[in-house]
Parts: sequence; structure tokens; C-alpha cells
Amino acid sequence: MNRRALIAAASLIAMSAPAFAQTEIQWWHAMTGANNDVVVRLAEEFNSSQKDYKVVPTYKGSYADTMNAGIAAFRAGNAPHIMQVFEVGTATMMAATGAVKPVHVLMKEAGEPFDPKAYLPAITGYYSTAKGDMLSFPFNSSSMVMWYNKDAFKKAGLNADQPPKTWPELFEAGKKLKAAGFPNCGFTTAWTTWANIEQLSAWHNVPLSTKANGLDGFDTELKFNTPFHVRHLQSLVELQKDKTFDYSGRTNTGEARFTAGECPVMITSSAFYANIKANAKFEFAAAPMPYYADMKDAPQNSIIGGASLWVMGGKKPDEYKGIARFFSFLSDVDRQVKLHTESGYLPITRAAYDKTKASGFYQKNPALEVALIELTNKEPTDNSRGLRLGNMVQMRDMWAEEIEAALAGQKTPQAALDAAVQRGNQTLRQFERSVSR
Amino acid sequence: MDKRAIFGGRLLPYALLLPQVLVTLVFFYWPASQAVWQSFLLQDAFGLATDFVWFDNYVDLFSRADYYRTMATTLAFSTAVTVASLSIALLLAAMADRQLRGGTVYRTLLIWPYAVAPAIAGVLWIFMFQPSLGVLARGLRGIGVDWNPLLNGTHAMTMVVLAAAWKQISYNFLFFLAGLQAIPKSVIEAAAIDGARPFRRFWTIIFPLLSPTAFFLLVVNIVYAFFETLGVIDTMTSGGPGKATETLVYRVFSDGRLGADLGGSAAQSVVLMIIVIALTAVQFRYVERKVTY
Repeated sequence: MNRRALIAAASLIAMSAPAFAQTEIQWWHAMTGANNDVVVRLAEEFNSSQKDYKVVPTYKGSYADTMNAGIAAFRAGNAPHIMQVFEVGTATMMAATGAVKPVHVLMKEAGEPFDPKAYLPAITGYYSTAKGDMLSFPFNSSSMVMWYNKDAFKKAGLNADQPPKTWPELFEAGKKLKAAGFPNCGFTTAWTTWANIEQLSAWHNVPLSTKANGLDGFDTELKFNTPFHVRHLQSLVELQKDKTFDYSGRTNTGEARFTAGECPVMITSSAFYANIKANAKFEFAAAPMPYYADMKDAPQNSIIGGASLWVMGGKKPDEYKGIARFFSFLSDVDRQVKLHTESGYLPITRAAYDKTKASGFYQKNPALEVALIELTNKEPTDNSRGLRLGNMVQMRDMWAEEIEAALAGQKTPQAALDAAVQRGNQTLRQFERSVSR
Repeated sequence: MDKRAIFGGRLLPYALLLPQVLVTLVFFYWPASQAVWQSFLLQDAFGLATDFVWFDNYVDLFSRADYYRTMATTLAFSTAVTVASLSIALLLAAMADRQLRGGTVYRTLLIWPYAVAPAIAGVLWIFMFQPSLGVLARGLRGIGVDWNPLLNGTHAMTMVVLAAAWKQISYNFLFFLAGLQAIPKSVIEAAAIDGARPFRRFWTIIFPLLSPTAFFLLVVNIVYAFFETLGVIDTMTSGGPGKATETLVYRVFSDGRLGADLGGSAAQSVVLMIIVIALTAVQFRYVERKVTY
């Protein structure tokens, strides 16, 4: 009875539709606020730029909600065409052979001009196979930078134009800042595992796990319980005791401590920019993440965060043509420049980066270039191209639990990282078992 | 006098029962059986490949040491929430069940928090307890408590228990108050004339007469603490720090929804279902005997 009603409704819509048949492309996303406006505007611009396809964006909740909604829809046989998935969902998506259509295949089949070399490798690498074939289309990308309060630096007698370059320098600066009126927090990081395990490993060109951090296979094993990682955590544990470093939680909820003026240094996503600009009542700046100078390759290059667009499988060729057209539309240099300068997302093509640079935009907004400088600092290696670990969302929670145990003094840093690696490996094997059959 | 409707045939009573039975089958037994079935499967998130693995998911679950810790945490959390919300609500209801100036306003205000969704309750409390910005956190720091729910498990547990109990107090209050008002005044007055003090009147007369309500609320509150506190925990602590506030239901949620481990998550739901069925059975078998209807 429901089906009959649907058919009736569908035929009504079909009758009222204009003479030419427009192909609809459903795009599920997780963007809120100003970022949601960006998504809607992009769809509108694309829809008015041509007549054959209509992109329909739908907000589906948080990243995890959107991904779950997409998976549930796929299981029920009505997946959207395009789904925005956060970077940590990459392994789950790519393992779903048949459920998704790799972007490089899509572009080739649709006959759309597509040059993988035009894109910034530090960004597309995260979403490509080990051979460099693009699996999903990068949409909103950011990286991790060190935001600091310039007023606080002046108050503490530090040079506000020469922020700390290395971790030991940051530790010293943190002590001075703490003494100069920031008793609860000299410096801190948001996204604790992203900062203190994932970026730390890439930035120093040390492996987080075997098989190029999982890019070369799901039989990857975690390796971040080395003396190098332990030393870093040990330093944080020491500094946590008197709050020179103060823990700010697993996600970015602690970012408010920076804008509220409680923590003068916050290592977090470059996408924090818009928020600081709107809320901070002090002069601020961004600097590259600190490094340990005795590591020979440091600084290497940072890895990205954010989300990409996955194309779902089992759709009609005509619909795939439309999606390919839409991706070409998104890659357009001027559009990328506009997106980058207006929203603070990183540009995905080299041409867009060069053009923004040439326009003198970064002289006025140096903070927006820091993440790009980090990402393009060196040619990415196996250790810094990205991560591809199954059940990554949950694994991050596990790692964070162990870091918390170390910071609270319940475990030694070595024991905590050993446990994080061991529990993570258990999860990786479980993921491997569920996908490689 | 016994009022009883006598049906002529057999068909009609069954026909009348049918809708209720159908609803129960569709909305309870069907999903529950799906969970049991899923718990024997190994499946990827997209459902592309499915293997029947017998009890592998259960074996895996019980081989994890932290699962037992989660059980202990759940026990502590549920006990604390149930005891706190029942006792505070009873106290408030006993106080409200008197001739008070503005009593209606007081009662209405006490009922309001029930209209707040658990996740929102979590957000409200997190604002108050947020180490750097929260009003209560600042107060605590002011009196020398190094308040830090991000790293201190006891602090985090206190915070989620408070938020979860606060939410349930209004509900309990409502039932206790209704129960109290149903107690005949004459009984209490008779006791007063016999010289029983308020405290004694409460424990020997009011509380036994209130026991059906209290028993009902006990069952409801335990179920609430076990299942419905997910939103509070998710928004406030995400089970952290460490696993200090991870309850069984939160673990089902995080393994299933965040970890896409459907089989393992289903196995946990089945375990949880058995626990709650057992708990409820125990309550009806042993506690209910003490109840005077």
C-alpha cells in the first residue's frame, strides 16, 4: 500500500517536472553553520552552471552520524550518490569493495579530464591507494598547527614573533607563561591522539604502524611505543604535574580554553581559525607544530585531517557522469581559491595554492598558510602520507584512554603506550578479520 | 464484589488481545531476536560479507579484561544513580507533601527537569563542571579541590552520576508525591494522636504504604540507569577518562556505532538484556514480597 502511494507521488512529481530530465545527485554531508552554507552554495552554483544534473545536499548530523546513515542506507539499498566521510573512516570505506566507487575509476569511466598530479600529494595521499590512485575526493582538509596568544607571550617576556620551534623550547615557554598569569595551563593540545601520536609520528618521519601506516595493507601493526614516543609522553606527564601542560580532552571541546584566554598555546586543527577570529579578544598567530631537533628527519611533513567525498557503488552511468562533472567543478582553480580564502579549508590543487600565494593573500593572513607550509614541507614518505587503520574512531578512544591513564599517573608512559599498541592491534586484527574474506 | 466480563466465545478475547501481542512482537521480540541472531555473525559494516561464527563474539567479549571492569563500573554507576535519585526524590516529596505557601509552584518547578533530554542534561552539567569555565568547577577550585574530570576518574564519575540522577529525580518525585497524597490522612493522624513523632510516622506508616510506588520506581530507575543514561555519558565524558565512566550500554554504543563491530556489539546487547531480565526477575521474586499493596 505504501509502494502504491509512492508510485502515485512519484508520477505526480514526474508530470510536474520540466520537459528535460534532470538527474539528481544526492550528497550527504556533516557540515554545520558557516560550513553548511558553503556546501549549499557550492551545490547551487553547480546546479545553475549546467542543466543536466542537480546536486541535492542533505545534512545528516555529525561525521559519525553521516557515515552510519550512509552505511544503513546502503544496507537498505538506497545509498546516496556522494557521502562525506571523515578521514578516520577511510579504511572502513575503502574496504567496502563494491559499496564504493573509487574516484579514479569514476573519472576514467565518465571520460572526465582528470590529472592526479594536479592535486597536492600531502592531501590526496591520505585518500589514495599505495600506488597513488585516488579513492575519494578531498573536500574539507586541515592540518595541525600551534596557535599562540601573542599578548600572553609579551606579558611573559617572550618574543611574540619568534614562537618556540622545538618541543623543549615550548616546554620552557610554557613554564614562563604559567608563571606570568596562566597558572592552570602553560600550553595544551586538542585532539590528544592526533597531536601526540599521529602528527608526532609523521612530523618526525617515524612509523606509527607497519605497511606505510596501513596504506599498504590491513595486516598493519602499530609501532608507536618506541623510546621516542615514550619520551614525548613522559615529558607531558612531568609537565602535567604542575600544569605547565594541561590536558584538554580527546576532541576539540577544549579549544575554548584558548579563545577564553585560559591557555596561551593550543596545538590543534588549522580549521580552528574561523572560531578564534570570531571569539578571541587578543592578538593571535599560528606557527608550525614543534619538533624534537635531535630527530634527523624532523620536521618532515604533517598529515591532514578533515573529510573527503566518497562515491557510492551501484548507481547508473548517467549519475556517475554527473558526479564526475561535479568533481571537476570543485577542482576548478578559481573555485578552490575562493573556497580556501573564504572558509579556511585548504586548497586541494597545487595551482590553487600558487594562485592564492601570488595574490598576496597570505601576507595579510599568514595563519592560513602555516598548515600548507607544514603539509608541503617535504615530499611525503611512507610515514607521513597518511593513516589507514580500521576502526580508527574507536582506536583513537583507546589510545586516548591510555594517554589519560599516563597523565593521571596510573600507568607509566611506557606501560600506557604498550597497552595502547596492544589494544589497538587487537582491534586491527578484528577489522582485518571482518573485511578480508 | 468481583467484576468480571464473561466472553461468550473464545474468538473475541483473542481478537481483542491481538493488537497488543502484535505490537509486542514487532517492536520487542523482533528486534531482540535480530540482536541475538546478529551476535552469532561476523559482518563488515556494509554487510557485504557475513559469516556465521557461533559463539566467537561472546568468547572474544569475555576474553577482554576491560569488559569486566565495565561491568563493575556499571554496577557502581547504576547503584549510585538509583540510590541518589530515589532518596533525594523521596525527601523532596515528603517535604512537598505538606501545607506549604507556594507549594504548587515548588512542585511544578521540581517536575520540570524531567522534560529535559538526557543529552541536553549532559550538556548543561558539563557547562557547570567544565574545569576552566564552569560555575561549579570554579567554586570547587575556590575551596581548594583540584577539580579535573578530564583526568580524574572519581571526579568524572561523580559528575555523570549527578547529571543522570538529577534528571530522574523529577520523575521519581512525581510518583512519590502522588503516592504520598493517596495515603489516608486519618491513618497518619491516628498515629500522631497515639504519640508517634514525624520520623517514626514516616518509617512505620508512610513508607510501608508507599512501598508499591517505591518498588515500581526501583525497577524503573534501575532500567533507566542501565539503558537511558547513554546520552548523559556520551556528551559528558565519552566513557573517559580511561574507561572510568564506561557503562555496558555505552560500550554497546561505542563498539557498534563508532567501531562498526556489529557482531560484538550485538553480543554485548544480549548479555545486557540477560542481566536486566535477571535483575528484574530477582526484584519481583524477592523485593516484591516485602511490598504491601
